[in-house]
Amino acid sequence: MTPAPRPAIVHSVIQVRIHGRGGQGVVTAAELLSVAAFLDGRHAQAFPSFGSERTGAPVMAFCRIGDGPIRTREPVVHPDVLVIQDPTLLHVPGVFAGFEEGTVLVNSSREVDVPRGRLIVVAASELAREHLGRPMPGAPMLAALAAATGAVSLDALAAAFRERFHGPVGEGNVAAMQAAFAQIEELTRA
Amino acid sequence: MLRQIEGSRAVAETVALCRPEVIGAYPISPQTHIVEGLSALVKTGALAPCEYINVESEFAAMSVCIGASAAGARAYTATASQGILYMSEAIYNASGLALPIVMTVANRALGSPINIWNDHSDAMSQRDSGWVQLYVESNQEALDVHIQAFKLAERLALPVMVCMDGFILTHAFERVDMPEQAQVDAFLPPFAPRQVLDPDAPLTIGAMVGPEAFAEVRYLLHAKQMQALDAIPEIAAEFEAAFGRASGGLVRGYRTEDAETVIVALGSVLGTLEDVVDELREDGERVGALAIRCFRPWPMEEVRAALGGAERVIVLEKAFAVGIGGIVGQNVRLALDGLGVRVHDVIAGLGGRAITSASLRAMIEDGLAGRLGTLTFLDMDWELVEHELERPSGPHAENMLRDLRERVG
Repeated sequence: MTPAPRPAIVHSVIQVRIHGRGGQGVVTAAELLSVAAFLDGRHAQAFPSFGSERTGAPVMAFCRIGDGPIRTREPVVHPDVLVIQDPTLLHVPGVFAGFEEGTVLVNSSREVDVPRGRLIVVAASELAREHLGRPMPGAPMLAALAAATGAVSLDALAAAFRERFHGPVGEGNVAAMQAAFAQIEELTRA
Repeated sequence: MLRQIEGSRAVAETVALCRPEVIGAYPISPQTHIVEGLSALVKTGALAPCEYINVESEFAAMSVCIGASAAGARAYTATASQGILYMSEAIYNASGLALPIVMTVANRALGSPINIWNDHSDAMSQRDSGWVQLYVESNQEALDVHIQAFKLAERLALPVMVCMDGFILTHAFERVDMPEQAQVDAFLPPFAPRQVLDPDAPLTIGAMVGPEAFAEVRYLLHAKQMQALDAIPEIAAEFEAAFGRASGGLVRGYRTEDAETVIVALGSVLGTLEDVVDELREDGERVGALAIRCFRPWPMEEVRAALGGAERVIVLEKAFAVGIGGIVGQNVRLALDGLGVRVHDVIAGLGGRAITSASLRAMIEDGLAGRLGTLTFLDMDWELVEHELERPSGPHAENMLRDLRERVG
């Protein structure tokens, strides 16, 4: 038999599940989170839920970040971090499925309630509208995730977005990210 | 160079490194990103003199590859699902004509009902077509095996399918070590065709053959596939020597040495399965996994050697033969003939249903406890099936979707 068996993998993995609506860049967010983790020198895996992705329909994407190779291919069933890009999804069945404890990041300009978890609210659409000119919440949501969990660095996220989006779109995303990161860093330090 | 990119992108760039001369392209999910990526690369001029041909169907895509390969060009295409059915006649012609075409199959279910998600029904429908079928577990392996596939195809004059799970791999971003052009050039020499259509030296290929020699001509395919059983491990060893990592080959065992129960699988589910094997090993269960990396030709001796010491074998399959059950399972039973090993078929992941570690673990525990039958459908909603079987009329898919909606309320 070729080749030799791989060794058993023993390391911790952070599992992120991103919920949003078609057109909000949910899949891109998961992909770029994985790119950022890679740029930080870590292993990461990102993939969409492959639903019928129509504009406005609920969409999910997944990202795992770890210090070694990630073998599993199952969807993220028990997320450590939930990213909810649209507050109307808080009432959609299944969004909190399998989430027992961890961090919930919600894109909202108002206060929201969540059934469990450490809640971080970030006005990501507003920040994106201000810095990017379009209400695309992905970049500021990921920056909030970075500030709240330390799973990735802000520098790596900025590099990942600049690689995907050139020129003003990249810079707008990075500016929205920096604003969100500063807000959440201050909030979590307080 | 290490990169974090989408599986399809990684495959497109790797195929480009193999210097294809003709690409017949027709888009179908979940394969589309591969031919799109190649299209962009051809447009930059980096692949010159590669000709990228946008065709009108999958039948045309394979026909273009047949013509190109017969004219001495290294030919490539990719497809999935209904696309592979539509090109099926040409698939059989490619192998019968001994043309070393390489094709990526981004595995997806077959309709009806129409379904865009992953399983292995498409590739399995062509298992007897005479093409070599290699299944990959990760995007790294997808890259590595595509490079090996061209070498294998051209060494034996035999077409090769590289089967990678649609969406699960094609749309996954993960770390890959992308080879350099010089490395690939050193490993894969230019295509030296065994037969060439050339206006300056006219000949025909593809003669009609009657009963006097049909069986003999067809038998050559079998003979070459038997040669591939030697060539595949040789090329995997050459690849490891050149690139410094092991991938490809016929089969790969994981913790099988002293295993009483071995789960056999193909493709990306191996990753999830190996995590479950580790969990069960921690609980003291003697379990292991066997990856079938080459399904055609069937590596009979290697499978027998890997599984012969087990008491129980569970074959986890993402396709099934209607009217009998497992497909891979039938092949495994043949390999284990006379050894008295109990073989269970478990059909899972059809039409994109997620195969979770929890379901795998529960199924294997059933196996360990002697509760697994000959044929099991993992996570099957039997209530939904039985309700429809009792119904006197109506379209099944619509009825069953309505039942599901009513259940949710």
